[in-house]
Amino acid sequence: MIVAFDFILLLFVIICAIAAISVKDLLSAVYILGAYSFFMCLLWAEMGAVDVAFTEASVSAGIGTVLLIAAVSKTKRRSKD
Amino acid sequence: MISITDDIIIRTVSRVLIPFIQVYALYVIMHGHHSPGGGFQGGVILGASFILYLITHGLEEAKERMSELKAGLLSTFGILLYSGIGLLCLIMGRNYLDYGGLSTLLKVIPAQARSLGILGIEIGVGIAVMGVMFSVFFDISTGGILPEDEEDLGVNR
Repeated sequence: MIVAFDFILLLFVIICAIAAISVKDLLSAVYILGAYSFFMCLLWAEMGAVDVAFTEASVSAGIGTVLLIAAVSKTKRRSKD
Repeated sequence: MISITDDIIIRTVSRVLIPFIQVYALYVIMHGHHSPGGGFQGGVILGASFILYLITHGLEEAKERMSELKAGLLSTFGILLYSGIGLLCLIMGRNYLDYGGLSTLLKVIPAQARSLGILGIEIGVGIAVMGVMFSVFFDISTGGILPEDEEDLGVNR
């Protein structure tokens, strides 16, 4: 466990989280959320929780992104607010 | 969204990749009790391989491999396997999901019975999660309206 590496990953996680809620294009928000999940997965693996990292990678970054893209394809692509 | 693609690269890559994804998912399920992974993660990866088949080969072709009915039946079968093993332990005079009770039934020592019992649970969870993930994606992407229903009802999308 390297503390500096932890903070770099945490910085990327926060950047991705803020970008995902502030971007207007919903499809881009889904992609950024996938990137957020992968950074979160790296953070879990770096902190020694390999099982949680595996779950994050397969469920949130794999299936979650696909389900959200399927949901976005059923709605309008642009956010109103 | 789920119509057949005429891009030969996507079709070929998905056809080559899907068996490897499925073998990896089975590896994750089978080694879940002594390494990272397990029934849930393996089931999700197995479901993702069927979703990849669905979005690359279209609804008509995917229906022969995995339909909504099959996914529903498989998910209930997985839960049946899970609860069946748990109830079998209850019948053998132990607590629910106490796999040590299976040792007389399987004719192995209790430690080995515990390993085999958790393997059966992982397989049940994997099958259930695979079916549920597939049917969730199926329902979201079709909106609950299948092409044959559209012809019957005259629904315009």
